Amino acid sequence: MATFSNETTFLFGRLNWDAVPKEPIVWATFVAVAIGGAALLAVLTKYRLWGWLWREWFTSVDHKKIGIMYVVLALIMFVRGFADAVMMRLQQVWAFGGSEGYLNSHHYDQIFTAHGVIMIFFVAMPFITGLMNYVVPLQIGARDVSFPFLNNFSFWMTVGGAIITMVSLFVGEYAQTGWLAFPPLSGIGYSPWVGVDYYIWGLQVAGVGTTLSGINLLVTILKMRAPGMTMMRMPIFTWTSFCANILIVASFPVLTMTLILLTLDRYVGTNFFTNDLGGNPMMYINLIWIWGHPEVYILILPLFGVFSEVTSTFSGKRLFGYSSMVYATVCITVLSYLVWLHHFFTMGSGASVNSFFGITTMIISIPTGAKLFNWLFTMYRGRIRYELPMMWTVAFMLTFVVGGMTGVLLAVPPADFVLHNSLFLIAHFHNVIIGGVLFGLFAAINFWWPKAFGFKLDVFWGKVSFWFWVVGFWVAFMPLYVLGLMGVTRRLRVFDDPDLRIWFAIAAFGAVLIACGIAAMFVQFGVSILRRNRADYRDVTGDPWDGRTLEWATSSPPPDYNFAFNPISHGLDSWWEMKQAGVPRPTAGFMDIHMPRGTGTGVILAALSTVCGLALVWYIWWLAALSFLGIIAVSIAHTFNYNRDYYILVSEVQATEDARTRQLAQGA
Amino acid sequence: MSSTTTDTMGQYWELEPHHHPEGASTSLGFWVYLMSDCLMFAVLFAVFGVLGTSFAAGPGPKDLFDLELVAVNTAMLLLSSITFGFAMLAMAKGDKGGTLRWLAVTLFFGLCFLGIELYEFAHLLHEGAGPQRSGFLSAFFTLVGTHGLHVTFGSIWLITLMVQIMQKGLIPANQRRMACLSMFWHFLDVIWIGVFTFVYLLGMI
Amino acid sequence: MKRKDKIIRFAGLSLLIPLAACKAEVLAPAGDVAARQRDLLVMSTLLMLIIIVPVMALTVWFALKYRAKNRAADYAPDWDHSTKLEFVIWAAPLLIIISLGALTWVGTHLLDPYRRLDRISEDVPAAHDMQPLRVEVVAMDWKWLFIYPEQGIATVNELAVPVDRPVEFTLTSTSVMNAFYIPAMAGMIYAMPGMQTKLHGVFNNPGEYKGIASHYSGHGFSGMHFKTFATDEAGFDAFIEKTRAGGGTLDRARYLQLEAPSENVPPMQFAKVDPTLFQRVVNMCVAEGKMCMAEMMAIDRQGGAGLAGTMNTAPSHDAQARGSRAPVLGWSPFQVASYCTPEDSALMFGRTAQVVQAPMDLTPLRGRALTPPRSALAPSHDNDVTQLDPAPGQARNF
Repeated sequence: MATFSNETTFLFGRLNWDAVPKEPIVWATFVAVAIGGAALLAVLTKYRLWGWLWREWFTSVDHKKIGIMYVVLALIMFVRGFADAVMMRLQQVWAFGGSEGYLNSHHYDQIFTAHGVIMIFFVAMPFITGLMNYVVPLQIGARDVSFPFLNNFSFWMTVGGAIITMVSLFVGEYAQTGWLAFPPLSGIGYSPWVGVDYYIWGLQVAGVGTTLSGINLLVTILKMRAPGMTMMRMPIFTWTSFCANILIVASFPVLTMTLILLTLDRYVGTNFFTNDLGGNPMMYINLIWIWGHPEVYILILPLFGVFSEVTSTFSGKRLFGYSSMVYATVCITVLSYLVWLHHFFTMGSGASVNSFFGITTMIISIPTGAKLFNWLFTMYRGRIRYELPMMWTVAFMLTFVVGGMTGVLLAVPPADFVLHNSLFLIAHFHNVIIGGVLFGLFAAINFWWPKAFGFKLDVFWGKVSFWFWVVGFWVAFMPLYVLGLMGVTRRLRVFDDPDLRIWFAIAAFGAVLIACGIAAMFVQFGVSILRRNRADYRDVTGDPWDGRTLEWATSSPPPDYNFAFNPISHGLDSWWEMKQAGVPRPTAGFMDIHMPRGTGTGVILAALSTVCGLALVWYIWWLAALSFLGIIAVSIAHTFNYNRDYYILVSEVQATEDARTRQLAQGA
Repeated sequence: MSSTTTDTMGQYWELEPHHHPEGASTSLGFWVYLMSDCLMFAVLFAVFGVLGTSFAAGPGPKDLFDLELVAVNTAMLLLSSITFGFAMLAMAKGDKGGTLRWLAVTLFFGLCFLGIELYEFAHLLHEGAGPQRSGFLSAFFTLVGTHGLHVTFGSIWLITLMVQIMQKGLIPANQRRMACLSMFWHFLDVIWIGVFTFVYLLGMI
Repeated sequence: MKRKDKIIRFAGLSLLIPLAACKAEVLAPAGDVAARQRDLLVMSTLLMLIIIVPVMALTVWFALKYRAKNRAADYAPDWDHSTKLEFVIWAAPLLIIISLGALTWVGTHLLDPYRRLDRISEDVPAAHDMQPLRVEVVAMDWKWLFIYPEQGIATVNELAVPVDRPVEFTLTSTSVMNAFYIPAMAGMIYAMPGMQTKLHGVFNNPGEYKGIASHYSGHGFSGMHFKTFATDEAGFDAFIEKTRAGGGTLDRARYLQLEAPSENVPPMQFAKVDPTLFQRVVNMCVAEGKMCMAEMMAIDRQGGAGLAGTMNTAPSHDAQARGSRAPVLGWSPFQVASYCTPEDSALMFGRTAQVVQAPMDLTPLRGRALTPPRSALAPSHDNDVTQLDPAPGQARNF
């Protein structure tokens, strides 16, 4: 472990040269990142892209651009999170027979913590937030979200949190506590240096963004729906997003407050989660899981919506059992608050408490099962086109049921007593998060990419990625189920028993397959971008999949204002019905369109918050105070700006729509 | 284009100009925000519920709280809520001067509340009953302190809004902000009623 | 009925034989409790497979049959509702979950780790007067301390127990949360500082088994495992004798040395152990002059120590020790000084040393938490498992 000192100087707090890690792996990473970063900056400068980036993207309040930026963030962080995963797999297959492996405990413990935190908070969350941001306003026929500035601010706060987390790689250390940082281990007594502080401030800064974007999307769905679109006519993806955002608004404040209490314990010496003086560490574990369990449904619910849209679109059929699907979603939303204790049956609660939470957990599988049957019966008597999104959906259905089954197994308390904290648990939640969330995100990317960019993704490389991913997943995680049944616990760094090694080797091989899948996915993006103007890639219709919901009613990519006229909904599949009724596209009679104006305030506020977070990590009080005052001053100054909107003039609308008319004529 | 197709078009696209009131989502959005804030307080109340009797062989509420002082404090905050109500009434009448005057009175009561709270905290720290002493005191300082911080930010917002009303008058944007701030202010009042009841009154029994 | 059970179990197990062959201790344990937990695992799996297998089969079938190329298949683009089908798709999972829920409720109560064992193995019920072997377990950084209170010895990272005799573990931790797990014997339970948990288990087959820490606890976590020897009574007695002959005393001073973090600790034995040591560990007052939790809680129950309570603090006994908290903006580490004289403490822990045995309850469905309903307002001690009661022996609702 690096020598560290909490001695502070005024100017730099506890930051000094010792904070630079000495490990060659970190150094190599740093050099690679520095070279890559410098190259990127050089390219941006050479082609004079800074102004364009700032005007058209960073300061944009357009929900579509913000959605795309969220997904880019998620993809970047995904590479980091996956690198951590590969390092863990390598260490676990290496460290046998007296070998210590290639990672010391200080390094290894940071890696598994960072892997969990990054994958949940900075990959899965931005991914689905970006997806909801992009698709929901289009699906409900709106021109933007309710609070466009807030949307931009939320995104940059998420970036700020990610930056704080990434800085820990090169300056100081990250938490060595596991991804939920249970005290007392995460208390100042057992984690005295900066690791846990990085964890806290990274999550707090990002958490503000997540909560605000949850509020934003919730209000958008309630207030901005197209005329005629009642709640029971909302597309199912919008419904699941709605429920996910309810969960965000109703659970992230709990996380925020819990982390504040942990912060107070660490900085001020309060006794919330301490061993002595009246503190209660079990309280932290309860509180964090009261957030943590709804969190997994925040991740999976929107993807359930994606699978519904994809199944229905590619089966060419109305969704089977729409209302039972909606009720199932709402059931899951409510029930997800009643199950948190199943994460710690082994804490010694009475049998009645344990069985209560075990049974509530199992009850969640009823609506989930109903959803699965609904997808099945949507396929039934359909005409299924196996495009990439549909392939991911079928893979999901076959993978997710296994994860669901092992999940219910873990909900049986006596079974949990033998499997808790084991690699079986690891296999289970990767089974549902990869098999459910990630497969869903890949389905969504392949599904909505043409909408966002105006051209389809390459099918060949998509299929390569698909097969590597699906096979790689099974090869990587089935051995972990077996290891769990052999009584192997998670987060171990070295092993004695040589019999375990073969299973770790298989799992490592699976990780290699997944790496190929990821590489193929990036190749797929690259190839498609290069071929974007070819006729078989280009989407001129705006409706490449014969879609059903309103986002397919506009061009690909949609104009800034989404819809020249607000669509009116008469049923569940609004666009499908328009096509059935043969409604012509309006080509004249446009009006000025009222739109929100872009602003750099969100970027500035988030930058100040990031600086404030980093200053607090390193005890640089003057900088923390200064940046905090800066946040308040900029916020106040922002409220004095009453000039937040502009009109897209009718001439511009006419020009845009005429261009689309010509394009449609060409395509036809 | 024949008239029938225009009719179907009109059924599916909103061809007529349609007025969308600006800021229609603001009050709902603010309500949702308040509910999320309410959850943060819910956590603090729950934590106080768990740790409220963990005195760690230190002082308890009966040794520390001065109920009369807290009653005065409560009165200050309740009065500020009433005067905010008067400010809203003045605004409804379009009386800019009256609105500003009542806002100033509200600010005065809010600052009194904060002053008394700071005095109470200073007194406790002086007694050696700081937040580090026991779980009970940690939970107490954090719950009451978080409420106090909210009042502080509310006061900063109130001052900002007064300046904005002075500059721009009671324009719709400012009216919306007044409505939000008033909800925020009353919300803090409701939270304080909870604090007063569960922390102070129940503690003194 | 019994036969049917066996058939089901056999069917389930046969699926898992390839796994059992590769040392899957969870599936092929050596103790009755773990075996019953395994049975529940297998039964639940089979129950769920009733629905999982058809779903997977249907998925594949529909996916193939209704592919766009197969023009022979029906196509009903507007068919989106069928009350009968919807009834089935909600009812089928519901029925499975009802069965599984019943299984869970019964299993959770029967296999409650706090519940005294009612049987030694499948065929041998526990005798009414059978006393379990008591072992006190302390999770330390990063090793396990085992105290045998009846034998007066202690070991580190080495546990020996007789076969076919129930063992009652009482667990705590010195520093951070941990979990105690012998996969071949019984499920795991957390060991937490300042708190006490319990676990009952039994070995039916002699042998050497692994015991692990199954909750990440810091840098030395990977090396925090121990060997468990299940032997016959004679072998157990020999182990006790050997340990007694080996010398070494674990008193409070030695314990404080032992508490310092260390990794990959080889087994240690102590011939003598301070009889109040474990109670002091649970009460976090091994160090001299520090107030015990029991005393603190008794004072708190009276409403605290008054304003004088702001004065009874003293600097921590060892501010440099791991776990000593010195937050940057806070106060220097302190501890609450004990009011009790050593005589008081002796009295307090003397009383605790009396064994409080839970009455054995052989009725199959009623676990510890299923006491007959009392008044709804009566205080419940259901979850009173966390901190030591200052007046033990009373109101322990086992």
